[in-house]
Amino acid sequence: MTIFLYILTMALVTYLIRMLPMTLFRKKIDSRFIKSVLYYIPYSVLSAMTFPSVFYSTGDVPSAVVGTVVALILAFFKMPMIVVALSASATALLYTLIF
Amino acid sequence: MFFKFYISYRFFGMIVVKYRKHVFGRGILKKEFFRGIGHGVPIFLGYLSVSFGFGILAIRSGLSTFEAVLISMTNLTSAGQVAGVGIIASLGGLAEMALTQFIINLRYALMGISLSQKLDESFTLRHRFLASFGITDEIFAVAISNEKPILPIYMYGIISISFIGWTLGTLLGALAGSLLPVIVTDAMGLLLYGMFIAIIIPPSKKEKGVFMAVALAAAFSVVFRYLLSFVSGGFAIIISAIASSVVCAVLFPIDEKEEKAI
Repeated sequence: MTIFLYILTMALVTYLIRMLPMTLFRKKIDSRFIKSVLYYIPYSVLSAMTFPSVFYSTGDVPSAVVGTVVALILAFFKMPMIVVALSASATALLYTLIF
Repeated sequence: MFFKFYISYRFFGMIVVKYRKHVFGRGILKKEFFRGIGHGVPIFLGYLSVSFGFGILAIRSGLSTFEAVLISMTNLTSAGQVAGVGIIASLGGLAEMALTQFIINLRYALMGISLSQKLDESFTLRHRFLASFGITDEIFAVAISNEKPILPIYMYGIISISFIGWTLGTLLGALAGSLLPVIVTDAMGLLLYGMFIAIIIPPSKKEKGVFMAVALAAAFSVVFRYLLSFVSGGFAIIISAIASSVVCAVLFPIDEKEEKAI
């Protein structure tokens, strides 16, 4: 039961954030500072969520670290998202199978 | 065609069609809907893979397939959902959940404001209530790049195909997470993070500010995990993200002339 309360909270807050500015307050944000903060938020959120959690994502730190390194290298060379993700996973799987 | 459309609606008196400069006939509406679908196809493919990773993660965090799909259908956002699943798994509080979602998704408010400047007159309040549900980074980026005013039906086109991709990917990921052998799903735990890395690294190469935001947020998050572990996961993410974004906003404010897709 509680889990649906969590989901309801998530969904409600997320919807209100999306809906209110498009319906009720349609004021434009002029502050360059606030715009800048909001511009950086997605990147910093994704980064904070990825590190250090990614090292525990496979349930085994060494295989996750090896996979993460592969992901970082491929992302650095701008490989498509799906290639980066699959290669990281495949590396972790190979590592687990070999060692 | 237009005339017929007009007459039929007037006749039944069900919908008031505002006659200002123009009215949109069925042909145009259909065309706009499929134009939206077309624009949404790349989003569909991207969402299919990202939400597959989310489905895996949700199952690995102890959620059921139904719960994972329900979260995707009601939230339609990647970062917020991942943080949310983390909070559910660690039995965090509802206030923590609400605040985390608020901070992580606050950018959608800005997108909504910027989008509402481009909406067509026919975008009534009712349509705004409905279409605002579908504001995501990708849908916003595609919609805002249109030259002409945006029609509701066009938004529904992009949103519906993206929504299907997001839901379907979650379902497939959750099923894979429940059915595949553990050794495979363990490795698949990296999928979503791999995609996150693919999102944050290329712009970090190009922009100093983004690099700084990414590096600082990772550093703060590591400090929270190992040194300040009494702070729960959701709060650790939002504090790390806000602190690094504020620092970067001060050091590298964005150029307002080039309208960045926030």
